[in-house]
Amino acid sequence: MTNAWTDIKNTDLVIIMGGNAAEAHPCGFKWVTEAKHNRGARLIVVDPRFTRSASVADVYAPIRQGSDIAFLLGLINYCLQNDKIHHEYAKNYTNAAFIVKEGFGYQNGLFSGYDESRRSYDRAGWSYELGDDGFIKIDDTLQNPRCVLNLLKEHVKIYTPEMVERICGTPKDKFLKIAAMIAETSSPTKTMTSMYALGWTQHSKGSQNIRSMAMLQLLLGNIGVRGGGMNALRGHSNIQGLTDLGLMSNLIPGYLTLPSEREKDLNTYMSPRAFKPQRPGQTSYWQNYKKFFVSFQKAMWGEAAKPENDFAFDYLPKLDLADVEYDILRAFELMHQGKMNGYFCQGFNPLLSAPNRKKCTAALSKLKFLVSIDPLQTETARFWQNHGEHNDVDSAKIQTEVFELPSTCFAEDEGALVSSSRWLQWHWAGGTPPGEARADTWIMAQLHLRLKELYRKEGGKAPGPIVDLHWPYKDPGEPKPEELAREINGYVVDTVTDPSDPTKVVLEKGKQLPNFAVLRDDGKTACGCWIYAGCFTEAGNMMARRDTNDPGDTGLYPSWAFSWPANRRILYNRASADRSGKAWDPSRKLIEWTGDKWAGFDVPDIAPNAKPEEVNPFIMTEEGSARLWTRALMRDGPFPVHYEPFESPIANPIAPKVRGNPAARVYRGDMEQFGDAAEFPYAATSYRLTEHFHFWTKHVWPNAVMQPEFFVEIGEALAKEKGIKSGGWVRVWSKRGSVKAKAVVTKRIVPLTCDGKPVHIVGVPLHWGFTGVARKGFGPNSLTPFVGDANIQTPEFKAFLVDIEPISGPVA
Amino acid sequence: MFPPLPNPSTKPVPPKFGEQDLIRRSASSVTPPAARQTEVAKLIDTSKCIGCKACQVACLEWNDMREEVGVNVGVYDNPHDLTPASWTLMRFSEWVNPETNNLEWLIRKDGCMHCEDPGCLKACPAPGAIVQYSNGIVDFVHENCIGCGYCVKGCPFNIPRISKVDSKAYKCSLCSDRVAVGLGPACQKACPTQAIVFGTKDDMKKWAEGRITDLKSRGFKNAGLYDPPGVSGTHVMYVLHHADQPEIYAGLPKDPRISPIVELWKGLTKYAGLTAIGAFAAIGFLHHLVKGANRVSREDEQQAKRLAGDRTA
Repeated sequence: MTNAWTDIKNTDLVIIMGGNAAEAHPCGFKWVTEAKHNRGARLIVVDPRFTRSASVADVYAPIRQGSDIAFLLGLINYCLQNDKIHHEYAKNYTNAAFIVKEGFGYQNGLFSGYDESRRSYDRAGWSYELGDDGFIKIDDTLQNPRCVLNLLKEHVKIYTPEMVERICGTPKDKFLKIAAMIAETSSPTKTMTSMYALGWTQHSKGSQNIRSMAMLQLLLGNIGVRGGGMNALRGHSNIQGLTDLGLMSNLIPGYLTLPSEREKDLNTYMSPRAFKPQRPGQTSYWQNYKKFFVSFQKAMWGEAAKPENDFAFDYLPKLDLADVEYDILRAFELMHQGKMNGYFCQGFNPLLSAPNRKKCTAALSKLKFLVSIDPLQTETARFWQNHGEHNDVDSAKIQTEVFELPSTCFAEDEGALVSSSRWLQWHWAGGTPPGEARADTWIMAQLHLRLKELYRKEGGKAPGPIVDLHWPYKDPGEPKPEELAREINGYVVDTVTDPSDPTKVVLEKGKQLPNFAVLRDDGKTACGCWIYAGCFTEAGNMMARRDTNDPGDTGLYPSWAFSWPANRRILYNRASADRSGKAWDPSRKLIEWTGDKWAGFDVPDIAPNAKPEEVNPFIMTEEGSARLWTRALMRDGPFPVHYEPFESPIANPIAPKVRGNPAARVYRGDMEQFGDAAEFPYAATSYRLTEHFHFWTKHVWPNAVMQPEFFVEIGEALAKEKGIKSGGWVRVWSKRGSVKAKAVVTKRIVPLTCDGKPVHIVGVPLHWGFTGVARKGFGPNSLTPFVGDANIQTPEFKAFLVDIEPISGPVA
Repeated sequence: MFPPLPNPSTKPVPPKFGEQDLIRRSASSVTPPAARQTEVAKLIDTSKCIGCKACQVACLEWNDMREEVGVNVGVYDNPHDLTPASWTLMRFSEWVNPETNNLEWLIRKDGCMHCEDPGCLKACPAPGAIVQYSNGIVDFVHENCIGCGYCVKGCPFNIPRISKVDSKAYKCSLCSDRVAVGLGPACQKACPTQAIVFGTKDDMKKWAEGRITDLKSRGFKNAGLYDPPGVSGTHVMYVLHHADQPEIYAGLPKDPRISPIVELWKGLTKYAGLTAIGAFAAIGFLHHLVKGANRVSREDEQQAKRLAGDRTA
């Protein structure tokens, strides 16, 4: 979230699209009801189904899954055509006026530089026009046809309300009503908040779905302001913490990247990461990258990380190809090919959460060993066990050795959970773990100590990273959460004195760091995750703060827990003020320029003394401005384009020859596993239900009572056509698998007309499996295709094709 | 935000109401306290409810009930009806508004309404099985319940359910145990959107007014409060978007009244019955005067001893 859950109460308009906040985030949804109740805010819901969120919405519009970009670019087109943008904001705070180099172009659904055989772009030509001074050329008059705003106007003009209706199936009048409501928030005193979740990410163009809305929000001036923002509702209480701490195969903590094999030393690694400002006088905060990186290395390897060895640069694993991640899809592909032989599943149940379950089972069956560390008995840990039709495997033929290590549940240990609001909230154990369950930290420490001992005794190819790992904990066998938190915050390794006065100590050895501004690239500071610096300072555990004071009733709650970065509650908050530094909306002040500094309710997201007319608000970009056009940073293009899902009921109306996202990675064998509309006529989607949390709560009796049995949802028209009765049994199958379910026939799903054809939607919720106390059932991943987002590989769970038929139920 | 109730003290506190505060007691009479306690009410705002069922789970957990894991029958309502172990239930209705042609998914939390004029209590023949406190809460006292099911017939909302295990009637107690120590009901505590709020009946009515104004500004011109006069008002009230048609909310009765049979049974029939009983008593007395008392014969005594298993016999 750029903003915070509590900030949603400040909004005038909420749009829930690409998510279902009331259903999947009922507790956070209270802030929507607060905004409606106290401010008279309106709520728009756009979803293929009439959801629980829709049940309390002011306006609901249906949309075909996988067509969000067409809808969003349609909104951008509407705002541009009707002159409903926040001109001053867009011109000064975004790259609208920046000039794009000749050579970049777009035609028939493809950008310049496409290589069909490699399914990828040569992105070298996607850059700005540079002046003689080396800075990007801009045109303040916005007249140059090559400036970003004009390219954008041209790019989105095809997405007329008629085209939106044709692609999305959203009735034109509904679309126009929503567009008019949204356009009103281009006023400096009106804001809109965007609440989205996996309904946008789980597509082969997930990143671009989100970018489309971010672009709209920027044009409307709704970023950095109270009641605005791009608010990703994380689907798990600590998934924000997971991404922050870099539990991605290509990242290290704080959104730093792992080196590739070609980056042989620190200098080569740093050279493409200089982040030089591209406009005069701008702050490009990532210029501090090396400080963050070296401090991380010091936290990892302590004294073994020194200037002479590039701060143990060699100890980091290197990605063997540029642009390659070892994401879940690649991991299962490698397993399937027999190239990955062992797998650790820590708090993860891929047998139900990775796409194409059949392929997952085959892949897991080829492993030599599988380790499951989980508080619950997962389906993955039992993948080898025959559960009749719910897990129809031949156990005798599976040789994988499975180790189940029971771990504690969140309520049984201490530590911080990072919410969608970016708040690090400390929590304390509420109960003792059952049986032999142990904390994950204990399990990992025990494994580490044993491995370390083996490496010490036997040596090996690269013992350094393990043997030299900094392990300063009081009880090496079980590091305490507090010790880990202190290390993540960072500490002073060696005393630093003022260069002009050596008697003046700036940083004292052994002290906790106050914030990330003091980090150094000379090895004198250590910090496990730079964005978390400040969470555990000399003043104590900031995450454990529980002060509900809220000066000015802003919804910021600055003394509650700790919000990264730097306890800042709203990102880009400099943009809440105009160029001169005065709040756009005096009633929703965040920070203002006092004449010599920035001050107000929030921690300024800019240097406190950065002069308003000089330094732009988006200091995390080299441009100093937000990007409506992203240069070469996205694999599938600098502007979003409507691409159909890989399995779609219609051909792409704007580019009929392009199947799916042309830059999405497709493995050999998986393309043949995509079904087409002739064979699988119905558009399916998957989702969560409020009664359950993923695959956990089917182990909990009351949750199982609330929603006991796997079902699929269809509209009345399809039910009639197929002779399906509500509460009766159906079979649903795709090119990859088949499931049996109860049918819920509902008015909440209506057939849409897309490109002249009726499209029936089949909804497949995801909470059932073969362990737990709820009834045994299937998950949507038995049906879904093995393909992910072009940029970050999130699987396409939200749009696929199926067929459906009524069947007689199982014999009781 | 409705001001949240403060967390309770961790020290034991004496209950705020009890036997001395009864204003009604089934099949018996009580001496009502001199002054009524402030009337309480739970307000359920259907326009804020997202149907998350947290209230259902909270009810199961607070009251330590174990409902069965059921099946799906084609709807989101689970369980499918109130049961002795499920005192509250979200009922989902898909309704197409004929004026706008838009679908509305109406979600209503069903459960005991705690009528000011409780039909269950009036119908109940078991002394003290149903009581009403002066704050308005209608509670079942299970040790006095005889499982006759008259309360089911007496209820205009079809709420009480008879257990097949212990043959006693069950329904929402408005968490009388929690309210007695200054807490709100468990469902209210668990509700994430404050669709359920709890307080004095006056405060709840005032709060509802604000909600109704908001709903009217959103085009729900018939938004209103459901506090049906046919049962002299209730201590569980609803804010409805369409207060003119409560029946579209899964059959919420438009004008609930206590069944005439119950009224008859407790009204005219009761007095007729009492007259009849009195008449029989009088006849009996007359018979006694004329024929004298019954005498116990020797055979009778012996028979009685045998039946009682007299060890001396």
